[in-house]
Amino acid sequence: MKARVHVMLKDGVLDPQGAAVQHALGSLGFEGVESVRQGKVIELDLADGTSEDTIAQMCEKLLANMVIESYRVEVL
Amino acid sequence: MRAAVIVFPGSNCDRDMAVALKAAGADVTMVWHKDANLPDVDLVAVPGGFSFGDYLRCGAIAAQSPICKSVVAHVERGGYALGVCNGFQVLTETGLLPGALMRNAGLKFICKTVGLNVVTSDNAFTEGYSAGDTVDFPVAHHDGNYTIDADGLARLHGEDLVAFTYGDNPNGSIDDIAGILSENRRVLGMMPHPERAVDNGHGGTDGQALFCGLLGQLTNA
Repeated sequence: MKARVHVMLKDGVLDPQGAAVQHALGSLGFEGVESVRQGKVIELDLADGTSEDTIAQMCEKLLANMVIESYRVEVL
Repeated sequence: MRAAVIVFPGSNCDRDMAVALKAAGADVTMVWHKDANLPDVDLVAVPGGFSFGDYLRCGAIAAQSPICKSVVAHVERGGYALGVCNGFQVLTETGLLPGALMRNAGLKFICKTVGLNVVTSDNAFTEGYSAGDTVDFPVAHHDGNYTIDADGLARLHGEDLVAFTYGDNPNGSIDDIAGILSENRRVLGMMPHPERAVDNGHGGTDGQALFCGLLGQLTNA
């Protein structure tokens, strides 16, 4: 089985990289880009039957820093 | 005082840290990250560098290495720990210090000497200074933008746990915070490098008081 983990900065945590990307899009002439948030996508190839709870532990112990990030798991 | 300096793949300030500790009179052992056990030491120093290539997040992989379990146990027993630069990032990733270090607000790697304010001298690390002193330490980091939630920030200020602030904030850190203490005041994490300011050849010796003070405190303990 495969799972895809999306890690994003929590709302309210300033994202300087996202702000730089937003600025660059504006420089390219794209109008109306009101904000950009940049995150990570991590794909996991897992033994069949790995529980959602186990994946959540992987996220909370390592893949995301719960102080500043949130995560969302997509089981494929 | 006996000290251990942890060495990860990608550490690059481990020898500087050892030299600074030895110059102050400490007995220093270098400890490889795969070792599961710490020698019997008073202080663990987690040095700067780019452990594990900063993969995933700065310090995240190092925080899961075998030695870090022993570092956590050492601190939980009341042992002292100093984390500088990447070492600060590792200590936040292990949960021994609150908050997190994010990408610098200006997105650039910053390598220069900065002025710092000593906010408290009520701990073994900065007792060689006085609160209100200013010192010059080098910084060299890409991810030194300290952040913490509002409750955590109030606790840092309320319990006098901010050790150093920047005179001119280079990286966007909340409330100009450059270094913080744990609740028991025995763990210090800071982005600037005191171990790069201990010899006249470094261009300044403002860091000596940190290592000498620490040695005096822990040798008498």
